[in-house]
Order: sequence, then C-alpha cells, then structure tokens
Amino acid sequence: MFNKIMVPIDLAHADRMTKAVDVAADLAKLYDVEVCYVGVTSAAPGSVAHTPQEYRGKLDEFAKKEGAGHGKPASAHVVVSHDPATTMDDDLVQAVKEVGADLVVMATHVPNIGDLVFASNGGNLAKHTNASVCLVREA
Amino acid sequence: MAEENTNMGIPLPEGTSDIIETDYEIGQDNIETKIGPFGLDIHNPVFLISGLSIVIFVLYALLAPTQAAEFFGWLRPTLTSTFDAFFLTAANVFVIFCLLLIVSPYGSVRLGGADATPDYGYPGWFAMLFAAGMGIGLMFFGVLEPAYYFGTPWGDEPLGAVRPFTEDGVLIPENVEAAKRMALAATSYHWALHPWAIYAVVALALALFSYNKGLPLSIRSAFYPILGERVWGWWGHVIDTVAVFATLFGLATSLGLGAQQANAGLDYIYGIPSSVTTQVVLIVLITIFALISVVRGLDGGVKVLSEANMVLALVLLVFVVFTAGAAGIFADFGNTLLAYGQEVLPLSNPVGRVDDGYREGWTAFYWAWWISWSPFVGMFIARVSRGRTVREFVTCVLIIPSLVCVFWMATFGGTAINEMIANADTSAVKANVIDAYRPELSLFAMLQGLPLASITSTVGIILVIVFFVTSSDSGSLVIDTITAGGKIDAPVPQRIFWCTFEGLVAIALLIGGGLASLQAMVISTGLPFTIVLLLMCWSIFRGLQSEKRA
Repeated sequence: MFNKIMVPIDLAHADRMTKAVDVAADLAKLYDVEVCYVGVTSAAPGSVAHTPQEYRGKLDEFAKKEGAGHGKPASAHVVVSHDPATTMDDDLVQAVKEVGADLVVMATHVPNIGDLVFASNGGNLAKHTNASVCLVREA
Repeated sequence: MAEENTNMGIPLPEGTSDIIETDYEIGQDNIETKIGPFGLDIHNPVFLISGLSIVIFVLYALLAPTQAAEFFGWLRPTLTSTFDAFFLTAANVFVIFCLLLIVSPYGSVRLGGADATPDYGYPGWFAMLFAAGMGIGLMFFGVLEPAYYFGTPWGDEPLGAVRPFTEDGVLIPENVEAAKRMALAATSYHWALHPWAIYAVVALALALFSYNKGLPLSIRSAFYPILGERVWGWWGHVIDTVAVFATLFGLATSLGLGAQQANAGLDYIYGIPSSVTTQVVLIVLITIFALISVVRGLDGGVKVLSEANMVLALVLLVFVVFTAGAAGIFADFGNTLLAYGQEVLPLSNPVGRVDDGYREGWTAFYWAWWISWSPFVGMFIARVSRGRTVREFVTCVLIIPSLVCVFWMATFGGTAINEMIANADTSAVKANVIDAYRPELSLFAMLQGLPLASITSTVGIILVIVFFVTSSDSGSLVIDTITAGGKIDAPVPQRIFWCTFEGLVAIALLIGGGLASLQAMVISTGLPFTIVLLLMCWSIFRGLQSEKRA
C-alpha cells in the first residue's frame, strides 16, 4: 500500500506528539515499511540544539529509539532553514520529495510545528505533493 | 569556557568551534502560552518589561509633551557636546579593532564552525546589509550633508574649512574647490569606515557567540566572557531590554519623522498638502508592507524586498551618474576617496579642535545615532552572516559598504554642490539647504536640476518608503528574536505584534506630538551603548582566542 512514511517531528515538543508517532509506528508495522522522521531547524542555536549538526544527532537518536520500539527501519532527515517559523510549509513539501515518502503522518495542535500543522499545513502538503496525509489530533 | 569541543555527546558545529559550556538552555525562561488561537513563546521578563516601558514612555511623551521635549531636547545635545571626545575616541577604537582583525590570524576563524558554508550569496547579503540600517539615511543625507557643509553659514564648517559664499551669498570662486573637497570628505567620514565598524563590532560579537559558542542569538550573549552565568539573570535582562527599547523607539520615531518627510516630498512634487491624515496613511502603508514581509519571512520577504530596493537604488544612482556626467562623477569619487584618506585622521582627532559645531553637532550626533541603532543593525547582520570567515566578514561589512557610501555621497552630494556652484543664484538645493533649511527637500531639489525630474522624484519617494519597510521588517525580526530569548523560530504572531506595535507607536507620537523628543531619547542611549560596544571588543577578542584558526 505504502513505501515510506514521513513523520514531521518538533523535537522541542516530542512529548506532545506521541499519538502521531504511535500511529505512524502502527502503520509501519501494518504495511511493513520504513518510517522517516523529519525535523526543521535553524542555523542559530535553539532550545533543542546549538547547531544543525547537534540537531541531526538528536533526531538520529530519536529515530533509532523509535525504530527499536516498532521494529521497522527508521531514519531521520533534517531540513536547515533560515527562518523556520515561516518556511515550514515549503520545507515539509521539499522533505516529502527528498525522502520519497508517500504517506505523511502529522501531529496537530502543538506550538511551532503544531501552529503550522493546522488544517492549511496538512492541506498544503496534500496539495503540493503526491503523498497521502494523515493528521492526528493530539489531546 | 570549554577547552574540549564536545560535551555530553553534543557534536561539533560544522567543523571545529568552541561551544561554551553552560547549564542555560535556550528558551528555559520562556513562557509558552496561548492567546486565543495564537501560540506565544516569549522571554520572561524581557518581553513584558520592554513592552510596558515603551508604553510608559509613549504616555509620558503624550501626557507631558512640553516637559518631555524640554528634557530630551536638553539631554541629547548635552550628551553629544559633553562626551564628544569619548564618542570620537570610541569610534576610532572600533575602526582600529576591525582593521586589526582583518590582518590578524584571528581573521581566519569561520563564523558557524570551521566547515560552515555561507547562508547567503553576496548580492542578497549586501542588499540586506544596506537595506536594514543605512539605506534610508543615504536617501535623506546624500544631498543634504555635503551641500550643508559646502555652504553652511552657521559656523559649523568641518575643521574650519573655507567658505565658498560671502555673507550676501555671492560665490567666491577661489574657495570653491577646497570647500567642495572638505564637504565630501567630511560627509564620507560619517558614512564610511566608522559607522560600519560600529555595526561590524556588534554583528561580529553576536555571530561569534551564537554560531560558534552556541549561546542564544541575543545581545546579552556577547557578554558571557565578562559576566559569565550572570548574563542569564538581571544583567542580561537589562541589556536585552534596553536593546529592544532603543530599536523599537529608533524605528518608530524614524518612521513617524520619515512619514512627515515623505509627505513634504509629496507636497513639493505633486502638491499633496502636508497633513496628519496623509502621514498616518503613509505609516499604515509602510507597516502593512512590513507585515507582509515579516510574515513571508527572511528569505521570502525581507531578502526579496531588500534586493528589489537595491536594484531601484542602483537605477537611481546610475541615472544620476550618467545624466550629471559620468566623467565628472568618477573624478569626484576619486577626489573624495583621496580627500577622505587625507582628512580622516584630522577629522577623527578627538582633542584640540575648534570646529565645535561640526564635531559636536554632527560627528558626535552621528556616532551616538549609529551606536543606538547598532543592536538592531548588528543583530540583523549577524543573523544573515553565518558561514563567513572573520576576515571576509569584516572586509565585507567595513570596506565594501564604505566604498559604496563614498560613491553615493560623491554622486549625490557632488552633483548637488556642482549645481550650487554653476547656478548660485537659482540653485534649488541652495534655496532649500542654505538659504532656508528644509532638509527633507534636498534630494528632490537636486533631482530637479536633472532631466526627467518628475519620474526620478517619484522613484526617490518610492525608495524612501521602501527603505522604511526594509528597516521596519528587519527590526521587527530582531525585536522578536530578543524578546523570545534568542529563539528565531518563535510563533509568527509575535513578529506581527512587534511590527504593528511599532506602527502604532509612530502614529500615536505623530498625532500626539513627541516624535522629536523621543528620537532624542533614543540617540541618548548611544552613550551607555558605547561602553557596551567597547566591552564587546574585549569579548570578541576573548571569544576568538579559543577558536580554531585555519
């Protein structure tokens, strides 16, 4: 059914996107496919990491941990943006193409990524990519 | 400071650099909350204190206008005339410091780690350097300042230069060349190495401590070598708050005064009478464009607009060069560079001078002004300069903009002075700068002497307005970052708030009065910030010592 699942992750609020992450894991097991966790970061130091490289390391770690949990291949993909608050839409579209995902599972209602994942964000992905988009409401 | 490059599994930046070990986590003092549908992520207490203190000062200017005007009207000139030697010396220190960095081994340190690559190419980078902090000044002073020094009857000739006019306004031909030379050199002094060195120091400090040391992109981070962990407490809060305060008031008062000037230009060209309504409409328009720009973001808004603006400014510059005579302009440029080189030492000498009017009224004023804008412009330059080496950074921020500014002054100022010499009796520039002082009309008066004046004047007005937009959008991004504790990915509604707030402050002060007095207050913040900048030089030196050099 699907070849690769992409999950946009806001590492600063990963604890508030567990539902989407779990849904993605279940789907990965169901369809026996790889999950790619995508994070958008800036070159300037932020709350998660001081540098893009440090961010990449943390996202890799996150992917490894999740992969060990659901037992399917897991990878991480980092997009470095000059201004993440405004480029998230385009960054995610680009990421879908770069990682070759055909299903996106996204959390909604979390600040930062969350703000941008409101209807229009998921809608934007559906509009500009060939992937299916599954929006998961967090509590 | 860490001797090791790694700590607790934190990988290197791109290549080698020297992350500062601190327990402070960026955003740890932030409040994340929601107002209606909008998420917020703001620094406690910098956001609230700066917001409230701005409101209090606006109320003070509105409720006690006479007292505010008297106090700040006294404070600013008192500071610049009392501390003129200090300002001049400090600016010289910044220039020497920057020039030393270019030739020292520290020049090979790369901002963002040894293997970082530049975030922006040269055209976009230069466009943003100019559009943020200086473009609007070039429009306003490009004709005014050289023309003023050339013909000033008010006794503030630079270095006591000769006067080209008699008391009755009759030209003295043998004095003309010397007066023109000094006018252009003295103007270049205010727009070349010194102001850009001021911006370079702040920008370098912030870029170094953020991209190489891993500290938040905020003014306080530059003080880590001096204050240590205390920088995350009230010391840091005060530094950041004053920076926000100076930036917002600097932008808002310039916006208000700029709207009055643009209105005067519209009156001069199209006969649209000066009124508060027109000026409020102008501010609203500028704010709307700035809002669109900040919402579209750094790449999609600010950079695009800055580049478009530079193209338009270039078109105007090329037009003036060719219609006023390219050969003459290039000769003026060469002579101005030469004169600047010869006079920069006497002009920057802080002691034993007799030209009080020029030194205190103009130079010290300019230095205070540039320095009060430096947190904003410096931080914005830092934001877009990751990936350059220190040498490349300082050369590009110091030398190239200086050359562009000297060329701009030689073109606009030189053309205006030539026109005053050729038609001393009928010159529109002389009528608006020397005979009567209407500074906001100086540019349009100069353009009047060239072909297609109605078109070029319109381009001039558009440029003035767009330069305000490009200052306003980059300023809003800077304020947003500082008030979000150095986070550059704070929710978009916050930058919308600051951009709108700036427009509202400008409108309130325009209607209620107080623009000039609060601008005087902003420029007064140049004095404490001069001390801050001197300390930054020391911080930069300490910070560079532990970085890997290529």
